[in-house]
Amino acid sequence: MTVPIVITVNGERRSVDVAGSESLLHTLRNDLGLPGTKDACEQGECGSCTVIFDGAAVCSCLVMAADADGATVTTVEGIGEGAQLHPLQEVMLAEGAVQCGFCTPGFIVTGVHLLETNSHPTEPEIREALSGNICRCTGYGAILRAFTALTSEGA
Amino acid sequence: MTTRTLPRVRGGIGTSVGRPDGEPKVTGNFAFASDLSSPGMLWGATLRSPHAHATLTELDIGPALAMVGVHAVLTQDDVVGSPMFGQVEQDQPVLCDGTARYWGEPVAVVAADDEETARRAAAAIVAVWEPLDPLDDPERAAEIGSTFREMRIRRGDETAEGSVVVEGFYETATQDQAPLGPEAGFAIPDGEGGLDLYITSQWVHVDHRQIIACLDLEPDQVRCHPAGIGGAFGSREDISLHIHVAMLALATGRSVKMVYDRSESFVGHVKRHPSRMWYRHEADEDGNLVKVTARLILDGGAYAHTSPAVIANAAFFSVGPYRCDNVVIDAVVVRTNNPPAGAMRGFGVVQACFASESQMDSLAEAIGLAPLELRRRNALAPGDPFATSGQVIQGSLPTVAVIDALESIPIPDPIPSDDPRLAPGGTGLTTPRSAVVRGVGYAVGLKNLAFSEGFDDFAEARVVMTPAGIEIHTAAIEVGQGLVTVCQQIARTVLGVDRVAVVWKDTSQIGSAGSTSASRQTQMTGGAVHDAAVGLRDQILSLHGGDELRDDGVYKQGELVATVNEICSDGPVECHVRFRHPKTYPPDADGQGEIHAGFVVAAHRAVVDVDPELGLVRVVRVDTAQDVGRALNPQAIVGQLEGGIMQGMGFAVMEELVIDGGVIRNPTFTDYLIPTFLDAPDVEVRIIEEGDHWGPFGAKGIAESPTISSTPAIVAAIRAATGRSLTRVPVLPTDIVGV
Ligand code: FES
Ligand code: FES
Repeated sequence: MTVPIVITVNGERRSVDVAGSESLLHTLRNDLGLPGTKDACEQGECGSCTVIFDGAAVCSCLVMAADADGATVTTVEGIGEGAQLHPLQEVMLAEGAVQCGFCTPGFIVTGVHLLETNSHPTEPEIREALSGNICRCTGYGAILRAFTALTSEGA
Repeated sequence: MTTRTLPRVRGGIGTSVGRPDGEPKVTGNFAFASDLSSPGMLWGATLRSPHAHATLTELDIGPALAMVGVHAVLTQDDVVGSPMFGQVEQDQPVLCDGTARYWGEPVAVVAADDEETARRAAAAIVAVWEPLDPLDDPERAAEIGSTFREMRIRRGDETAEGSVVVEGFYETATQDQAPLGPEAGFAIPDGEGGLDLYITSQWVHVDHRQIIACLDLEPDQVRCHPAGIGGAFGSREDISLHIHVAMLALATGRSVKMVYDRSESFVGHVKRHPSRMWYRHEADEDGNLVKVTARLILDGGAYAHTSPAVIANAAFFSVGPYRCDNVVIDAVVVRTNNPPAGAMRGFGVVQACFASESQMDSLAEAIGLAPLELRRRNALAPGDPFATSGQVIQGSLPTVAVIDALESIPIPDPIPSDDPRLAPGGTGLTTPRSAVVRGVGYAVGLKNLAFSEGFDDFAEARVVMTPAGIEIHTAAIEVGQGLVTVCQQIARTVLGVDRVAVVWKDTSQIGSAGSTSASRQTQMTGGAVHDAAVGLRDQILSLHGGDELRDDGVYKQGELVATVNEICSDGPVECHVRFRHPKTYPPDADGQGEIHAGFVVAAHRAVVDVDPELGLVRVVRVDTAQDVGRALNPQAIVGQLEGGIMQGMGFAVMEELVIDGGVIRNPTFTDYLIPTFLDAPDVEVRIIEEGDHWGPFGAKGIAESPTISSTPAIVAAIRAATGRSLTRVPVLPTDIVGV
């Protein structure tokens, strides 16, 4: 059984038929051709699948696609202005915060949401906001340096 | 006058130049294996054994085959080639051969139109089991001779005695690599009986060898391609779904994709061996080691995988980076019905280092020496015989330098912060500041570089000049560690050319680069790239009578004498190299000989805050001094050290795959805890550069060191804070509270 939904993804209205049991993560990756959002647990534990959903950073693996009807969603593919990287993407690269990169889309989306809601987060606030995103490679040090470099520049 | 000094090229060695794959990774455009798809492809799924040990009395695939959208259901009967696979020993059936030997062993595979249908079809297969008693006790397995390999090391005088004796029994639990990217494979049939396979792998050539044997195909009929990998840490050194997805593609004539979900990933790859270790250290009154006696048991689970090599590492590194003339080691890796174990970062050395460094602390205390002072007195140096194998240490080994550098890192303010977020357990738990005790602990770890014991270890690379720039051709696997960057840096520095790209090749296009494991690729593939770049440079310079290569061509005394287009007028110019490290040899009956090609050493200091009443720990910081040979990319080194320390910390205080009667009880990220941003300690790094005797520019591999001695350093710090003996990792709250 499928349900037709309409969602605005990265500024574009998309119509898609989704299965009743399907997660938004699945719809993004498999039906809408947006594999940038990653699937590493489907249990809300790793943050790899984070998207901005009607203004909130959420794990798309925990959202039923059918419930996303009418929602506005930003995925990692929608971060940055065209070919121009978002400053967070720039600084993640400059600080060596990307190794395998599987966690990176989740950190970028969560981080962009953090910076939109709090442009000068303190270190404990950064850690807290990103504590739902697991990175198995970097040990978080370089990711922290990236955020600190960005938020201490007095932007 | 012209001298060939290292060219002043941008992005050469010693710089922290960024990754070429960085931009696609931050924009979501990097294709991981699990992102691959094609129109009309099928999805694969696996039925697994619900028992750790059982006889399969009936298997009826009919109900699955009858489902709409199901295109194939395959069992062991459908394996046309070798029924068994395995990297070292071919002892594992491709699919269940009538007996399940571990919980989650693959029984049948399905291809269907979509993921959901494939999973439902796998569940619809009727499998009838007669459960058997699982052999889940490793000591029982050792008693009855159910073993993969036994190691015996005898050096010096077995009857030697020291006046100070410390004994201990240690245990380590099962750790999972838990790479964030799941196992994934995408198989595309070529219509002529062969196929292209894009798989998460650490070594496509060794996969290829096993895959063609099981499929009964010629080598050129199967092309294994390196695919985008979301971390590995050893979990991808052995075959998981590779043969299954290939069989499904050949059976259906369609492209097939398979991806494990997290729970399946936990059962679908090999893990770190759990261990039990008994040790006796004997020393004289000044703290000089006289004799080390140890018995180690590692549980290899149901199939061999790399267990024979893991136990050798555990045995040879059981004394650590210290001199000792009398050594008696017996080590065994057993076959049980527990989940198969294999490679994980540190590869046997992690377990031994936890025990032996705990012993060194006990010895220091018994003698009345500071922990690092005892280690300094016994520190292994070039020219010394290695305590276990007796081989004379060649190349660099700055054991004392890493200890001194670690000590020079300032120790933090002893006052724990008032911020409840920084308290053990965090804000959610109720540790009052007054209850917190701080502890500091140390450990030093030694690791071998590349493959040992006479293995024919090599890496191939081709460096090619094209009109568009330099290409490096390799099948070496980039798992995230930054090999791709280091290869570029090496080629730039050797050639003096800025435009360098790494081009991944499949198994039909280039020979093996060997495994991305054993801290070996910087030295091995890096060494091949170095030598191929030197060969290419010399060939081009001599042909065109130049003395320098630049991006636009060959120069002689500052004048352009041949453009790149002229150099490539008959097509690209290339140099292909098969690089080998210094020869090693298998051990003799006493475990003696030139077993290892090189060594790397590191030291760690941990600072922890503990609430002894609640048993909560916060790891405040873990500092390290690391022998690197030569630093090719300092930023990437720091990244490896911080990431490795985090895995060592996970093993010290939280990561345990709970296995009960052979069954994994916590195969999810909800129940298998991985350190998060809030758990992450601060890390300060000191890099020690003393060039090694082989490898590009004297560089060593460093990726395993941070996971080896960080764990015992953290446990030592918890002991210092609590006074508990803490002989098992991970240290649980109950161990600290003492209930
Ligand atoms: S995939 Fe959604 S939180 Fe892990
Ligand atoms: S970079 Fe690999 S998981 Fe974060």
